[in-house]
Amino acid sequence: MLVENESGALSRIAGLFSARGYNIESLTVAPTDEPSLSRMTLVTSGNDDIVEQIKKQLNKLIDVVKLQDLAEGDHIEREMMLIKLKAAGPDREELKRLTEIFRAKIIDVTEASYIVELTGASRKLDAFIEAVPEGLITEVVRSGPTGILRGAKGLTL
Amino acid sequence: MQSHLADGPDPNATDPALLSGAEITIQALIDEGVEYVFGYPGGAVLHIYDALFQRGDAIKHVLVRHEQGATHAADGYARATGKCGVCLVTSGPGATNAVTGIATAHLDSIPMVVITGQVPTPVIGSDAFQEVDTVGITRPCVKHNFLVKRLEDLAETIRKAFFIAQSGRPGPVVVDIPKDVTDPNIKIPYIYPRDIGIRSYNPAKRGHLGQIRKAVETMLAAKRPIFYTGGGAVLDNAAAPLTELVRALGFPITSTLMGLGAYPMTDKQFVGMLGMHGTYEANMAMHETDCLIAIGARFDDRVTGKIEHFCPHAEIVHVDIDPSSISKNVKVQVPIVGPVGSVVTDMLSILRESGGRPDQSALAAWWQQIDAWRGIDCMRYDRSSPMIKPQFAVETLYKVTNGDLYLTSDVGQHQMFAAQFYPFDKPRRWINSGGLGTMGFGLPAAMGVQLAHPDAQVACISGEASILMCIQELATCKQYSLPIKVVLLNNGYMGMVRQWQEFFYESRYAHSYVDALPDFVALAQSFGHVGMRVEQPDQLESAMREAFAMKDRFVFLDVIVDPSENVYPMICAGKGHHEMELPPTMSERELA
Repeated sequence: MLVENESGALSRIAGLFSARGYNIESLTVAPTDEPSLSRMTLVTSGNDDIVEQIKKQLNKLIDVVKLQDLAEGDHIEREMMLIKLKAAGPDREELKRLTEIFRAKIIDVTEASYIVELTGASRKLDAFIEAVPEGLITEVVRSGPTGILRGAKGLTL
Repeated sequence: MQSHLADGPDPNATDPALLSGAEITIQALIDEGVEYVFGYPGGAVLHIYDALFQRGDAIKHVLVRHEQGATHAADGYARATGKCGVCLVTSGPGATNAVTGIATAHLDSIPMVVITGQVPTPVIGSDAFQEVDTVGITRPCVKHNFLVKRLEDLAETIRKAFFIAQSGRPGPVVVDIPKDVTDPNIKIPYIYPRDIGIRSYNPAKRGHLGQIRKAVETMLAAKRPIFYTGGGAVLDNAAAPLTELVRALGFPITSTLMGLGAYPMTDKQFVGMLGMHGTYEANMAMHETDCLIAIGARFDDRVTGKIEHFCPHAEIVHVDIDPSSISKNVKVQVPIVGPVGSVVTDMLSILRESGGRPDQSALAAWWQQIDAWRGIDCMRYDRSSPMIKPQFAVETLYKVTNGDLYLTSDVGQHQMFAAQFYPFDKPRRWINSGGLGTMGFGLPAAMGVQLAHPDAQVACISGEASILMCIQELATCKQYSLPIKVVLLNNGYMGMVRQWQEFFYESRYAHSYVDALPDFVALAQSFGHVGMRVEQPDQLESAMREAFAMKDRFVFLDVIVDPSENVYPMICAGKGHHEMELPPTMSERELA
């Protein structure tokens, strides 16, 4: 969605979901190259009728400038994760190998810890978490997915 | 709906006037052509009130006795005229008191601009005196709202508010103005923008012609068609083309509570209101129809009954200005997004061009069936009762006013009896809170209606429970000499609650008995009005005639009615249109 970059826009959207009993699974938002607009990627779930109604209700909000259902077309989804791991003794090597396999990056190192940065489809992030040996995860920060439609056409004004 | 601008300053003129925020607020209202502002002063709006005072009679302010009254009065004004209602209230409790009225307008899509004062910008968020997050509180019950943080944005924001409130699917818009923004000592050049573009807001101006053609084909192919119209037909002033279309086709037509009067209710093609307390013939026709033409209606749960049983045989055409109303509750086959007035007009011209006629023999058989359902006489009641029956009271009101009345209502049994027994032949005559069901709406709404139509007969039908919820407005009625007639159907109960308790809670009347009622005659008199009480059926008509003959007085008519009467027919929860409860027959009454 492209939304007006104004205070209140986010709470209107969040409020709509809670008032009408829809689910927000994740939501990412940041300003775009056009400073008056923010781009928001919102992941929700429901059958076709519910999703249709969610789109209509969102479009009705005056702060929502443009909306696109990425699930309707061929699209790319990416999520970023920062994950803090206990990395001491023999685990250090194991975690480093895992990081390479997943093409992730170690971006912070102490004697006892790594912070790993990993970007990809949400499923890949899940798989990485799954692959970390039990008990080694200290903290997980995920951005929630952002998405874009494939091809030349853009979601612009 | 289009917003109409009065002659304001020309933006191209040289040297625009220097105005303070308070003066801008008032000037903007004048430039919008606002006739009445309903309000109540308080700290955060004092600058605005001072600017209002200094403009003399340029704009008429009506001092209500509670902010809820201001919103309902503005709402009643809007419903009766089609113009935008305007309120002015202070911050904190002023704003929270207005919320019920804002939500009432929101649910019924009534154009309204509510200006609320706010604490000064430097102290917003500090829990200052009379501070609440007004835009936060009202967000879920407005079409849109604004917090104006900069004086430079004020005029444009007010213009946007009026534009949004009156265009597309109308609704209330709140403009929250911090006190420092209205500072009388800070002045800027005033330019009121005429054309306002909102990039994300472009309501449909016309329906899709291909879809409209398809709708006309569907109608012409129908064997058992019915029109189902709602508040949208009233809001978009579509009564004239709608009546023409329905007559040209010869189809039956039913209406929701909100749509009553868009098509003349005394016409033989009108089969009565539908839904929970609709007529047998309307609901049965809905159940059996093969082609439902929904115009400006939203398939509300009080209309549809159990969705699984709703119009099981019908192909549905749905015309609505709001895309989110379409296929929200009921899937439709021919959706048309557009202003209902223009779509219905397009339907009419396509129908005429095509030269097509509906299947006359099928239609004749359909009418025969409908007339058989009519024969059930689903709204019968005991006319020989020694007590005044509420239905009889409404019928008498119709007789006494010759059907020429603006009737506001509160919420409950009296509202349903009025909708069933007072046939409105014109739109904007029946004014009630359908969506939110706000008790207390009727009296303040009648104030707005009477101010809009000073020479018209205006009455408020109410119950003794509802009327007490905004009773303080009796003082406003006195101050502005509003000759409203209150017809109180006094049964000593919250009648609709009592009815549900009788039907569904084995007559356990938990707190639905209104004990310690005031003497309404004395109460009205203490506010300077005329109070009258009627207890005998044979005295009702003369009492009403006497009341309506007092053209310049507010009269409070306390009508003591049978406390045991119920509203029939009724579709109980979880039932379909074909499963109505009918009133007891004469012999059943005798057995009881």
